[in-house]
Amino acid sequence: MDPASHDDALRGADAQGDAFDDSPSGSVVTYTVGLVFALLLTGGSFLVSQTHLLWAPGVPAGLAVLAIAQMGVHLVFFIHISTGRDNANNVLALAFGLLIVTLVVAGSLWIMANLNAHMLSPAQIMQMQR
Amino acid sequence: MSAHAHAESAHAGDTTAAGPAPVRIVVAYGFWIFLLSDIIMFSALFAAYAVLSGQTAGGPSGRELFELRHVAVETLCLLFSSYTCGLGMLAIERRNLPGFYLGFALTFVLGATFLGLELSEFAGLVARGAGPSRSAFLSAFFSLVGLHGAHVSVGLLWMMFMVVQTAAKGPREFIRRRLLCFSLFWHALDIIWVALLTLVYLMGAR
Repeated sequence: MDPASHDDALRGADAQGDAFDDSPSGSVVTYTVGLVFALLLTGGSFLVSQTHLLWAPGVPAGLAVLAIAQMGVHLVFFIHISTGRDNANNVLALAFGLLIVTLVVAGSLWIMANLNAHMLSPAQIMQMQR
Repeated sequence: MSAHAHAESAHAGDTTAAGPAPVRIVVAYGFWIFLLSDIIMFSALFAAYAVLSGQTAGGPSGRELFELRHVAVETLCLLFSSYTCGLGMLAIERRNLPGFYLGFALTFVLGATFLGLELSEFAGLVARGAGPSRSAFLSAFFSLVGLHGAHVSVGLLWMMFMVVQTAAKGPREFIRRRLLCFSLFWHALDIIWVALLTLVYLMGAR
């Protein structure tokens, strides 16, 4: 057996002579591509919100799509979320986090809109007290 | 499993067939879970802002208050600081200390510029009588944007601390793990800013 590889296996995680690239965490190219995508998407968001490029009632949806796309770009090119084997746990945690965020935001908006729609106006309350 | 097979798979970087994952993977996973819980905390404030954004109590609305030129500069600062932070991380992984210091110095300057712009915006709003006590909309605005600003401030302190630690101890394994956590934190702040920019500023200023 190769004594060098055995040494590598025995050496602790805090060893000084650990391998140079112990995780694939991108390159100058990935970061630059991510930055360019992020700048384009941000520029697109400002453009959509400040001009009449999109049909006015569609602007919030357009902005949401651009924002979600940009968050995806940040996750992939900066945080390096990938489909790699070491990344399965990270992806699952992200999926669970997204579920909770969706429940909190959509649930709050739904409940508050519902309460608002059912709230009596001051005039109606006066009428009930009569 | 034979010792030979173990050594071979460890050599190949295989983490599923033999033994526990490398410390670096485990640490990044734990910190990622912290970041997700932080994002969930932000989501509660996002929900509060979305519900309260129209409740101006007769006071100024977002359309009257927000200056998009100012916000665009803040966004550029954060985007480029994420980029320089990533380049600094690449440098430290290649044991290139000058590159690391340059990357993190630029990150710090851009982050501090962002924070300065945000504080001047807040001071301007308070001076115009649009402080957090003016309306429910402004309370939600200052909580949400202020919490992001507080995170950036903590990130700046952490960055200073890590640069001093790297200078004192060198680019060793545990230092690079801490730097990895810091970079994840800094990139996550950028993701939150994207949501904030869209929901608060771009939708609010229309």
